[in-house]
Amino acid sequence: MTASAVPALKMQRRSLYPGWFYAPAAAVYSVLFLAPTFASLYFSLTRWTLFDATFIGFDNFAQFFREPFLIQGLVNTVIYAVITSGLKVVIGMALAVMLTSQIMARGYLRSVIFFPVLVSTIGVGMTFTVLMHPTLGMINQTLAMIGIQGPGWLVDPKLALFSVALVDVWKGVGLATVIYIAGLVAIPKDYYEAARIDGATKLQNFFYVTLPLSRPATATVITLSFIGGLRTFDLIWAMTKGGPGFASDTVASVIYKQYQAGFYGLSTAGNVVLFILIAVLVVPLTMFLNRKQGHE
Amino acid sequence: MTKTKLFALTGASLLGLMMTANAVNAQQSGYLSFLIDNGPQSVAVAEAWVAAYTEKNPDVTIDIEVRPGGGEGDNIVKTRLATGAMADVFFYNSGSLFQAINPVQNLLPVTNEPWQAGIQDSFKSVVSAGGEVYGTPFAPAMGGGIFYNKPIYEELGLEIPKTWDEFMANNEKIEAAGKTAVIQTYGDTWSSQLFVLADFYNVLAEVPDFAEKYTANEAKFATTPAAVRGFEKLQEVYEAGFLNADFGAATYPDGLRMVATGEGAHYPMLTFGIGAIAETVPDHLQDVGFFAQPGDNAETNGLTTWMPDSIYIAKSSASPDLAKDFVGFVGSPEGCDIRNEAVGATGPYMIAGCELPADVPPAVADMLPYFQEGGHNGPALEFLSPIKGPALEQITVEVGSGIRSAADGAALYDEDVRKQAQQLGLAGW
Amino acid sequence: MRSRASMFGGIAAIAATFVVFVIPFLFIILMAFKDKQQSALRDFSWPNGFHLFDNLYEVIKTRNWMMITAFINSSLITVVSVTLLIVLAAMVGFVLARRKTRWNGLIEFLILAGLMIPPAVVPTIWLLQGLKLFGTLHGMILIQVAYNLPFSIILYRAFIATIPRELDEAAVIDGARPLDVFFRIILPLLWPVTVTNIVVQSVGIFNDFTNPLYYLPGNQNATVQLTLYNFQSQFSTAYNLLFTNILLITIPPLIVFMFFNRQIVAGMTAGAVKG
Repeated sequence: MTASAVPALKMQRRSLYPGWFYAPAAAVYSVLFLAPTFASLYFSLTRWTLFDATFIGFDNFAQFFREPFLIQGLVNTVIYAVITSGLKVVIGMALAVMLTSQIMARGYLRSVIFFPVLVSTIGVGMTFTVLMHPTLGMINQTLAMIGIQGPGWLVDPKLALFSVALVDVWKGVGLATVIYIAGLVAIPKDYYEAARIDGATKLQNFFYVTLPLSRPATATVITLSFIGGLRTFDLIWAMTKGGPGFASDTVASVIYKQYQAGFYGLSTAGNVVLFILIAVLVVPLTMFLNRKQGHE
Repeated sequence: MTKTKLFALTGASLLGLMMTANAVNAQQSGYLSFLIDNGPQSVAVAEAWVAAYTEKNPDVTIDIEVRPGGGEGDNIVKTRLATGAMADVFFYNSGSLFQAINPVQNLLPVTNEPWQAGIQDSFKSVVSAGGEVYGTPFAPAMGGGIFYNKPIYEELGLEIPKTWDEFMANNEKIEAAGKTAVIQTYGDTWSSQLFVLADFYNVLAEVPDFAEKYTANEAKFATTPAAVRGFEKLQEVYEAGFLNADFGAATYPDGLRMVATGEGAHYPMLTFGIGAIAETVPDHLQDVGFFAQPGDNAETNGLTTWMPDSIYIAKSSASPDLAKDFVGFVGSPEGCDIRNEAVGATGPYMIAGCELPADVPPAVADMLPYFQEGGHNGPALEFLSPIKGPALEQITVEVGSGIRSAADGAALYDEDVRKQAQQLGLAGW
Repeated sequence: MRSRASMFGGIAAIAATFVVFVIPFLFIILMAFKDKQQSALRDFSWPNGFHLFDNLYEVIKTRNWMMITAFINSSLITVVSVTLLIVLAAMVGFVLARRKTRWNGLIEFLILAGLMIPPAVVPTIWLLQGLKLFGTLHGMILIQVAYNLPFSIILYRAFIATIPRELDEAAVIDGARPLDVFFRIILPLLWPVTVTNIVVQSVGIFNDFTNPLYYLPGNQNATVQLTLYNFQSQFSTAYNLLFTNILLITIPPLIVFMFFNRQIVAGMTAGAVKG
C-alpha cells in the first residue's frame, strides 16, 4: 500500500462499510422480535383476551408464582439445562478427541453421531416415547431379556425429566462434537510437539494442552446448549407434555399451557419470568467464560 | 345433475345461468371451509356429510380441515377465532368450553333458523350465550361412566355394580382371577379425568345446588365431601393396585382395545368410545357393556350425561347463508341417518325425528335406560357452569398415579378453577 | 501393541455408537416397512413382507395429500428464510466486524439478547395480525429470519474478523464500489461459514415445530413437522404410518447433510471456536 493511498482510504472507509447494511436485518429483527418483546412487558400486566386487555398490575406475576408447579418448573428448567449442557460438553469433548485421533472408521463414526441432529425434535421425541414405553418399549424389553425390569422411563415422576434430558443429549451431542472437532483442529500442532519433547503422557497432553486450548469451543457449546436447555420446549412437549402430572414441567411448558388455556396475559408474564431467569443465569456465565478466555 | 356438471365445465358465465335455473330447488353454491377435530369418528362423519351435501349441491365445495383434539385443539380454535382466521363452520364442545370461546363476539347466532325448531331445549341451553343460540348438535348425547368387558363379567359371575363398594368388590374378584380390573390410559392425559367428571351425577344427588354455588365462588371441590369423592375414587383404584401395568403410557385407543378384547375389565370413558371400538375392534363390539359410575347409594344410581359437541358458524364467515344451509343439513333427521350410516349409533339424539337403528351395540343399549322413563341422569358440571379449570387432566393424572392425594388434588383444582373464572371475568372472583 | 489397542478402541467405539445411535434409526426404518399389525408390537424385528410403498402412499394421501402441501410449504420457508438469513447476517457481520463505533456495544447486546430471550409468542401473534402476516408463509419466513439472525451473525462476525482488511481496501483501489466489495469479494470468501449456516439453519428451520404451531395455523399452511403432529392421533393405532412419516420428513435434512458433510467442520472452526 502506498502512502498516498491512505488518506483516500480513510475518506472511503465510511462508505466501504456502510451503516445501512444493518438496516434490513435491524428492520426484521426489531419489528418481529424486539417490538413484541417490549409489548410483552405491558401485556404481562394485563388480563388479556387478544381483543381487550384489562390492566391488573402485577397480579399475573403473583399468580404465576402461586402456580403450585411453577417452582418445580423453575427447578426442573435449571436441572434440565445443567444436565444437558454438562453432558454435551463432556461427551462432545470425548467424542471429538476420539474422532480427531487415528481411530478406524472415522467417517462412519462422525456421520453416525451427527445423524440425530438432522431428525426433527418431534420425530425424535415420538420415536423415543415408543422406545421408552414401560412394557412394550424396546429398551425395557431388551432389559427384560437379561433379567432386569426396566423403569417407567417417562411415566415415573422421578425419572421423566431425566429421561427427556438424556434424549436431548442424544439428539444434540452431534453438534457439540462438531464444534469441539473444529476447536481441536484449530489447536496449533506446535503445542503437542512441545509437550511431546517435554515427555508428556497422553493424559497430560489432554489436561494441559487440549483442555485449556479448546476453551473457546467449550464456551460456545456451554452457552448454546445452556440457553437451549433453559428454553427447551418441543422435546418435552413431544415426550411427556410436562407430565406425569407436572413432574417434568419446565418454565416453557408452563407458559405454553397457559397460552393454550387462553390465559394470554399470564402466559406473557411467564415469558417475562423466563427471560429474567435466563438473563440472571446466562449473563454471568458468558462473562465468566469470556473472561477466562481473555486470560489465555 | 349430469347436465349441470357438464355446464359447469364450460365456463363461469354459463355457471351463473345455471345457478338461476337451479334456484327453484334451492341449490346452493360457493365455498366453505370446515374445521373438525381429528378423532377418527369426526373425520368419518364429516366426510360423509360433506359427500352427501355436495352431491345434492354440486356447486358447493367444502374443504375439511382437521385439528388435533384436547387442549391443543382448544388452543387452535381460540387462536383462530381471536385472529379472525376461523373456518366458516367448525366442530367444538358445548357447555363450559363453548363459553370460553367468547361466542357473542365470535359466532353467528342461529336462534331463529328453521332447523333449530327440532333441537331439544336442554341442548340449546348449553350452546346459548347472551340470549342467542349458537350451536347445532352433530352427535348423539353421551354418558360418562364405565365400559366393562361382558365375557369377564359372565366368566366370573359378576353383577353390574350399583354402588362404589360393589364396584370395588367386583374389582377384587377380577384381580383375584389374575386379570386387570381397571384400565387407565394416562398417555392421553384427558382420559384421566373420567372418574372425577363422571362422578358429577353423584355429587348432584347429594348437593343439588353445587353447580350454582361453584359458579358463584361459594362451593369448592376440596371443601365439599361429595365433590372430593371423585378424586378419592381415582386414588382408591390406584392404591388398590387394580390398574393395568402400563397405565402411565397407554393411550385412549389402547384402553378401548383392552376393554373390548378382555385385557382389562373396566374402562372409565365417555360413550363416544363405542364408535371407535366399532371401527378399530369391530369383532369385539358385542363384548363391551356400559354402566354409570356408581355412587355411595344404590337408590339414586344414575348417569352423568354429556351434551353432544356442536357445529358452529364463525361470525367471520364470508358465506353465512351457505354455512347456515349446511349446518341445517347436519342438524336434520337426514343428517342423523347419514351419521348412523357412517359411524354407527352411539346414543340418543337431541334432534326431533332422529331415530336410532333397531340393532344398537350393547353398550348403547345399556345407556338408553338411564335416559328413559324411570331412569336417572344429570348433566356433567361443564354443562351447568361455565368454569372448567384447564389443568384438571394433569391433576387427575397425579391423583390417579399416586403422586398427589385426592384432597390435595381437589384443592389444587380449586386454584385452577379460580384462574379460569377470573379470565372469564365472572362476578365474585 | 499401540495399534492393537487403538483397533480395540475403534471396534468398541463402532459397537457403542451402533447401539446408541444406529439402532434407533434402524428401528424407525424397520417400522416403516411393517404392516399395521406387526408394527403394533413395537419390537425390533424383521418386517413380515414389504409394506414401505403402501405405507408411503397411505401417509402421503392422508387428509387430501396434505403431505405434499406441507413439503412445498416447508421447502419454501426453509429456502427463502435461509437465503435471507445468509445475506442479512453476512451484511451485519461484515460491518460489525469492520467498523468500530460506539454503537457496536449496543448491537452486540441486542444479538446476545436475541439468543437469550424467549420470543413473546402472544404479542407476536397480535402484531402479526396487525401487519396482516399472521398465518401466512411470508410472516413465517420473516419470523424465522428474525429468530435465527443472532446465531448467524455471530458465526459470520467471527469469521470475517479472520479475513484481512487489506483485501477490501485493495478492492476499492481497484475501483470496486462498496456493494461490489461485499457481494463479489467478501461474500464468496465466507463460503465455509455460509455452509455451516446453511446446514445448521436449514435443518433447524425445516425441523421447526414450535413456531409453525404458533404462527401458521390452517391446513393450507401445514408444514412437515405439523403433519407429524396432526397425524399423531390419527395414526395412534398405526405405528407403521407414524414411523413412515418420520422417515419421510427426515430425508431432506439428510440430503443437505450429505451434500455438505465434509465442509461443516471447516465453517465451525472459523465461526464458533475463535469467537
